[in-house]
This record gives sequence, structure tokens and C-alpha cells, in this order.
Amino acid sequence: MRVASGQGFWGDWQEAPKLQVRRGPIEYLMLDYLAEITMSILEKQRERDPAAGYARDFVDLVLDLAPDLVSKGIRVVSNAGGVNPDACRDALVQRLADVDTVRPLRIATVRGDDLMSRLDEVLAAGHELRNMETGEPLSTVRERVTAANAYMGAGPILEALRQEADVVVTGRSTDTALTYAPLIHEFGWEEDDWNRIAAGVVAGHINECGAQACGGNTLFRWREVDLVEPGYPIIEASADGSFVVTKHASLGGRVNWASVTEQLVYEMGDPTEYITPDCVADFSTIQLEDLGGDRVRVTGVEGRPRPELLKVSIAYRGGYKATGMLTYSYPDAYEKAVAADRVLRGRLDRLGLEFDEIRTEYVGAGACHGPLAGSPDPSVPEVELRISVRGDDRARVERFTRELAPLILAGPPTVTGFAAGRPRVHEVMAYWPALIEREVVESVVRVEVTEA
Amino acid sequence: MKVPLWRVAFARSGDKGDTVNVGLIAFTTSLYPILTELITADKVKQHFKGICRGSVDRYELPNLCALNFLLHESLGGGGTVSLMLDAQGKTFSAALLRMEVDVAEDLVREADEVSGWSERLE
Repeated sequence: MRVASGQGFWGDWQEAPKLQVRRGPIEYLMLDYLAEITMSILEKQRERDPAAGYARDFVDLVLDLAPDLVSKGIRVVSNAGGVNPDACRDALVQRLADVDTVRPLRIATVRGDDLMSRLDEVLAAGHELRNMETGEPLSTVRERVTAANAYMGAGPILEALRQEADVVVTGRSTDTALTYAPLIHEFGWEEDDWNRIAAGVVAGHINECGAQACGGNTLFRWREVDLVEPGYPIIEASADGSFVVTKHASLGGRVNWASVTEQLVYEMGDPTEYITPDCVADFSTIQLEDLGGDRVRVTGVEGRPRPELLKVSIAYRGGYKATGMLTYSYPDAYEKAVAADRVLRGRLDRLGLEFDEIRTEYVGAGACHGPLAGSPDPSVPEVELRISVRGDDRARVERFTRELAPLILAGPPTVTGFAAGRPRVHEVMAYWPALIEREVVESVVRVEVTEA
Repeated sequence: MKVPLWRVAFARSGDKGDTVNVGLIAFTTSLYPILTELITADKVKQHFKGICRGSVDRYELPNLCALNFLLHESLGGGGTVSLMLDAQGKTFSAALLRMEVDVAEDLVREADEVSGWSERLE
């Protein structure tokens, strides 16, 4: 049973899922499109167009892969539905009409994660959706909320697979469930088989960031990895919960103890408490065995009962921001950039422009590591001044963006890098993590299968 | 001998809101207990002075020869609120590896074999 990872985030390498399907045998292809902030971007798109709000790239991809999916019997599980899985399905149905496949594709949509459309009803019923970090109730920012989605677990995906879906399109499913739901389905694991489900969660964590488990973004002998055409992870799972992480042999990248360990610790909190809707996995029980030949065996994973509450990801309007950049050359590149910052800030003061935050960074002189980088090298070939502001008043942020270009003629010398024009103003979407009783979400989850 | 941490370990970092996590992995199993003794939460907090404004938590993963550090209040608010170039904390891994540590020479040599450092010196 092989579950291949084809996409680690929306914007990941488009070739990867095609290579996963065409360069060797797999049974399932999981595609993760949703980061925490993606839902609010999609919600904005849906506000403008009721037929938008999902990952459009996914439709193109399924169209391209449809004949292979049917002939090879590969099933796709994805959260590409975003805030509008139905619209995603409609687009698939419409465009698949022109694709010649031996039999129609069965497309399942999963809905129920969206709390935005019934947020006031949910709040009125006494669910305060307090911020997990600050403890404040959501009512304090209610008017600014743009998206609210509960993280669904394996349940609805399992239902879709039982109904013989070829393509499962969900909204805000837990990333790891895109991998472990197929395992539960194929092996028939009981829903309280915590150790096996936890093993599936670990497999999901390895799959969910694409090439990061296969030598992408690795600090371990990074020079030696061929990343032009990297393999993405494939989980070869067994019914007992053990599995092997590997990749297609004809592709680049690298799977070894180091690549898998790096991915295991990525975005890790308390390793003994990796919480998902379907179990709590204990990452301190994982045993790895590097088998060589791009194969790493994972065994021993233990888990505990699933939590009572589901996580909710909420986005709310948090003002506006803009970032401007100018490049200063040798000699004295850093000193010139500092002088330019002083001039710019003086002009903002002169205009009486105040912001919640102004931040200056010097790219090439410690922007990443700050004081740890030591004092800037006076002979550095160039330094990029990067100055950003954030505030509630869009007009003020807009005004700031007009103060960068004047520095070209009315600022320190040997400046370049302004060809991109005036910086863009971005709306800030702040993140509000909360918890909710399962029942509120699970009572409205719907799975629908359509043939296309 | 005194060496930068990157001679004996590698790392990967990421974000959760305003918190950065840095997973630090020893190149060899014999280095793990030494790193556990040397790289305390306090030491990491001190290392990231002026960068990490909150507390630092440490979790041990002997099964993976790894330590996981959570650096709270380190990303200028985190997510899209942050004005930082590295708003996702992706380079904190390399920043931690700048730390200087005192490790027995034979263990460093062993690590050099695994990391490939010894080949690069030739």
C-alpha cells in the first residue's frame, strides 16, 4: 500500500504529482494545498466570485492525470477544495467532460469544516472560540473575522473512499489525514487502534511537506543532493502500522535517516503530544532504521485516544502592511543603507505618519541572524535596505510606499534595485487558533459523490 | 575542543504562530547525551538574546538523537502580521548552529565523517 505525496503547499512544484503517478507504482496520491493563512485568501476570492475559493491548479492537475488515475487505479486525496469544495467539483465535472477516460471518475466532496457561514449561530450557542494563546473570546474581533474552519479528521475521507471515490476533495482537513485516512481504509484499522493510527499520523507528517522529507531544504550534506528533479516521499505501509519511507528510484533527492529525522522535527511542538482529530501521536516512540537505497523503515509508534475538541483555524483582518527595498553598493554599502533608513524615517516623522510597527532590516548584513551575524563587514559588495510598516490605516501605509522612490535621487549614493516600482500594500490576516466541541462540526459534515 | 555547533549537529526550524521550533539533530548517537547536557533551554535563550523575547522550552527525543526547542515570541507576531524577512523562522536552524560548544576531539572527528566535513577538508 503506497501513499505518495505530490504537493506540500499551494505553489509547490507542479511536476511532482505527475512524476509520482508516472514514474512508478503508487495506490494513493495525497496533495496538501492549505497552510493556515490560505483559507482567508480563498475566502476573499469567494467573496468576489461565488464560483472561486479553491486551488485552481488542482483542477488542471486532475485533468492532466485523469487517464492515468483510471488506468492505474490511483486515488487522489486532497484538501484543494479550500473554502468551496463544491465549486472545485463543479469545475472538475465541467472540464472532465472533454477528457477521454475508459470510465467516469468518481469525485467526492467533503463539507462541514466551514464555520464562517454559521459563526454567529455557533457563538450564540455558547462556543466562545477563545484564542488558544491569549485566552480572549472571539467576540473581541468578531467583526474582523474573514474565515473560520475546523480541522476535520479521517472520518469524511473514509466515507468518500467507501463510496469508491477516485478523487476526494476536502476543505480544511488535517494535513496528516490526507495520508492516514487511506491507510485506515485499506487496512481496516479500528477507530480506537491508537498505535496504528498514530503510525499513520507520523506517515502523514512525513508526507505533508513534500520534498522536505527527501533531501529538500536539508542541512545534511546538502551539496550532494540532486534537486533538479527530486523524488517526493512515498509511504509503503503495512497493516501492522510499520512503514517504509522511500521515493521513485529514477528521481533525484535523497531518503535517509537524516532526511526523515529533519522532517519529523519540522514544526514540532511537544513531541509526546502531536494532536490530531483522530489520535494523539507520541513522536518520542518512533524508531527509524536506515535500510540504504533511499529506504527508511519506521516502527514502534505509539498513540493515545483522540481529543474531545477539534482545532479551529480563524483568520481576521489585522490592518495593512507594506515592504520597500533598495540596494546600496560598495563602498560602505551598509553605512549608506543605514543613512537611507535615517532619511526615510525622518521624512515619515515630518509627515506625522505613525504606524503600529516600523521595521528595518539590512539584507546582506544580518537580516536573518541579527546580532548573531556579528557586525557588518565594511567591504560587503552590497546591502539591501528592507523597510516595512504595519498599521490600521490603509492610507498611511499607502503614503509610506511613496517615500521609497524619492531616495533614489534625494538620498545616499549608489542605490539601485528599484525597478519593481512602488511597494504593494497588503492586508494583514491575523491568525486566531481556537477549539470547538466535535459535535458542532461532525453533525454537519457531508460527503457527496458525483461522476464526471 | 571548541567548535561551532554545526560541526556536531544539524537542524531544521519552522513556525507556529509567533513561536519558532528548532529541531537539533546529533550527527552520531554518542554525541546525543553530550548535546543534551550542553544545549540547555537557558543556553539557547541566551544565544538568541535580542531575537527571542519569550521563554524557551526544550524537549528530548533520544529515539531520534534530537532535541526540540520552542522559542516563544520570536517572530514579530508571526504569520502575516510579522514584518520580518524570515517571518517563518526558516533560518533559525542555522542561527542556532552558530553556537560554540566544547566537545571531545574524537567525537568531533566521528561527526566529521558523518557530515562529510572531513572530506571537504582534504
